[in-house]
Amino acid sequence: MFENLNERLERSFQILKGQGKITEINVAETLKDVRRALLDADVNFKIAKSFTNTVKEKALGQDVLTALKPNQVMVKIVHDELAELMGGTHVDINTQGKPAVILIAGLQGSGKTTFSGKLANLLKTKRSMNPLLVACDVYRPAAIDQLHVLGEQIGVPVYSDKENKNPVKIAKAAIKEAKANGNDLVIVDTAGRLAIDEEMMNEIEAVKKSIDPTETLFVVDSMTGQDAVNTAKEFNDRLNFDGVVLTKLDGDTRGGAALSIRSVVNKPIKFVGTGEKMEALDVFHPERMADRILGMGDIVSLVERA
Amino acid sequence: AKTKESVFKKLSRAVVGKSTVDDDVLDELEEVLITSDVGVDTTLKIIERIEERVAQDKFLGTSELNRILKEEIAALLEENNKGDYDAYQLPKSEYPYVIMVVGVNGVGKTTTIGKLAHQFKNAGKKVMLGAADTFRAAAVDQLIIWSERVGVPVVNQGMGADPASVAFETLTKAKEEGSDVVIIDTAGRLHNKINLMNELSKIKRVMDRVIPGAPNEILLILDGSTGQNAFEQAKQFTKATEVNALAITKLDGTAKGGVVIGVSDQFKVPVKYIGIGEGMEDLQVFNRNEFVASLFD
Ligand SMILES: Nc1nc2c(ncn2[C@@H]2O[C@H](COP(=O)(O)OP(=O)(O)OP(=O)(O)O)[C@@H](O)[C@H]2O)c(=O)[nH]1
Ligand SMILES: Nc1nc2c(ncn2[C@@H]2O[C@H](COP(=O)(O)OP(=O)(O)OP(=O)(O)O)[C@@H](O)[C@H]2O)c(=O)[nH]1
Ligand SMILES: [Mg+2]
Ligand SMILES: [Mg+2]
Repeated sequence: MFENLNERLERSFQILKGQGKITEINVAETLKDVRRALLDADVNFKIAKSFTNTVKEKALGQDVLTALKPNQVMVKIVHDELAELMGGTHVDINTQGKPAVILIAGLQGSGKTTFSGKLANLLKTKRSMNPLLVACDVYRPAAIDQLHVLGEQIGVPVYSDKENKNPVKIAKAAIKEAKANGNDLVIVDTAGRLAIDEEMMNEIEAVKKSIDPTETLFVVDSMTGQDAVNTAKEFNDRLNFDGVVLTKLDGDTRGGAALSIRSVVNKPIKFVGTGEKMEALDVFHPERMADRILGMGDIVSLVERA
Repeated sequence: AKTKESVFKKLSRAVVGKSTVDDDVLDELEEVLITSDVGVDTTLKIIERIEERVAQDKFLGTSELNRILKEEIAALLEENNKGDYDAYQLPKSEYPYVIMVVGVNGVGKTTTIGKLAHQFKNAGKKVMLGAADTFRAAAVDQLIIWSERVGVPVVNQGMGADPASVAFETLTKAKEEGSDVVIIDTAGRLHNKINLMNELSKIKRVMDRVIPGAPNEILLILDGSTGQNAFEQAKQFTKATEVNALAITKLDGTAKGGVVIGVSDQFKVPVKYIGIGEGMEDLQVFNRNEFVASLFD
C-alpha cells in the first residue's frame, strides 16, 4: 500500500524543484500526494481535505529562503502543521485523588483490558502507587478472568463480583474497598461497546456519573479506519473523556486515526500500546506520530537526497 | 450523513443528457467510498468504471445509474464470490472439515468461532473446537464458555501449551469421534511479527499430518472498522497460511468495512461471513449486493 509514497513524492517534488516561489500551480501536485498519503494512512476524508487546504494557504506565496528549495519548504510546512495538530507536547495523566479513579472506555477489542493492566503496572512501578483493578465487564465471556490473570502477572489486586451484573454497583463497591484497603489508585475496566448502542452508552455514562473519575480514557485501536471520527465523537459527547489511548502501534499501521480523533475531539493522546505484554506501554510522542502518519521518515530522507 | 437517495440522486441529475459524469458527482462518490474505507486505489478503479459505462450510454436514466453503480462495485467482489454459499453445508468426505481461524488481535476470532459452531450445530453437524490460543490471558476460558453456550466439545491443554500440540490433539480426537467440522482458535497476532507468523505456518503443517489436506479452510477475520491496514493483514496472513476465506466482524457498528472490496479483489479471496453483534446468532453469510447497498445507507 505504501510502497509508492516515495515514488509519488519524488515525482511531485521534481515539479517543485528549482522553482523560486511556491505557487498555486507548482504546489497542486504535491498537495494531491500529501492528501493521498493521508488517506492511505486512514486520516478521515474531511480532515485530510482541510489539512491540505491549510498547508496550501501557508505555502502559497512563500519566498523560498536562500538555503532551502521549495520542496523543503513544503515538507517543513506539512511536518510542522501535522505535529501541531497532533498536540504539540505530551500531556500527563492526573493521578491526584484519594483514591485517583481512572475509567477506561472504548469499542470492542480495542485493548481496554490489556491497557488497564499496563497502566496499573506502570503507575505501580514508576510512581510507587498502590492500584486496584476493577472488573466491570459483565458481558464478554471470561472478561473477569482475563483481568484477574493480568492482575496476577503484575502483582496488583483485582476487584470483581461474578454474582453482580450491574457495573455501577460493582464500581462503587470497588471504590469503597479501595478506600478501606488504602489503594490510592483505582482503574475501572469496562465492557467494549458500540457508540450507537444506546443502552450500553447509557450504562457507561451512569458508571462515570456514579464514580466521578479523576480521568476517563478512551481506548482506540490504531488500525481503525474512517469511522474513528464518529466513534470518538460519540464517546466524547457522552463521556467528555480526558485523553486517548492508542493501541497496537507495534503493528505497521500508519495510524491516521490518531490525527482524525485529535482534530475532532481535541483531546490529548496520552499513551500508546506497543505490544501484548504488560510492559508494552509508552507515553505519546506527537512528533513521532506525525512522522508516522505521513511516512515522514520517507519524505525527509527524500528531501535530503534532493 | 449521506443517504442512499442523495448520492444516487445527485449522480443521476448530473448525468442525464451528458456523456460524462461531472466532477461534483464524482467528488460525491469519492467521498462516500473513501469514508467507507474503500481506499484510494479501489475508489479510483470504481470511478473509472463508472465513467466508462456512462460514456457508453449517453441516455442513462436514473434507475439504470443506480444499478450501474452497484453493479460496478459488486463486480469487484464478484469474481471471488461466485454463487452463493451453501451455508453451513460441507463437502462430503471421510474426514472432518477443518477450519483454522486467524487474524490480528481483538478482531473477533474467538467470538466468530462460537457463532460458527452454533450455526454448524444447527445445521446438524457434529462440531469440535480446539483452543490453540494458549497465550492471551483467559483465552482458553473464553472459548470454553462459548463451547458450553453452544453445546459442543472443546479440546484444550490449558494456557501456555504448544498451540500446534493442541491442534494435533483436536484433529486426532475429531477423527476418532467422527466429527463433521473442526474449528481451531489461534492467538491474535500482528502480521509484522515474523516469529508469530511462523508459528501459524507450523500449526498448519501439523494439522496436515493428522488429516491430509487439513486445514481445508483458513478463515482470516478482519475487523470491519479497520482501515487500509487490512491490505497488509491479508497479504501477510496469506503468505504465512494461504488464507482462502474472509469474515468481516463488527458490521453492526457505524464502520462500513469497505476495505474488504479492495482486499477481496486484490487477493482473490471470497468473503464468507459477516459478524453483526456479540451474540451467538449474530453471524450472517455474506451477501454481495446487500453489502454494496449498505455503503450508501
Ligand atoms: N500487539 C498488540 N496487541 C495488543 C495491544 N493492546 C492489546 N492487544 C491485544 O488485543 C487484543 C484485545 O485486547 P483486550 O485488552 O482484550 O481488548 P478489550 O478492549 O478489553 O476487548 P473487549 O473487552 O472484548 O472489548 C488482545 O489479544 C490483546 O492482547 C497492543 O498494544 N499491541
Ligand atoms: N459489536 C460486535 N462485537 C463483536 C463482534 N465480533 C466480536 N465482537 C467483540 O469483539 C471483542 C473481541 O472479540 P474476540 O472474539 O475476543 O476477538 P479475538 O480476535 O478472538 O481476540 P484475541 O484472541 O484477543 O486476538 C469482544 O468483546 C467481542 O464480543 C461483532 O460482530 N460485533
Ligand atoms: Mg476487555
Ligand atoms: Mg481470541
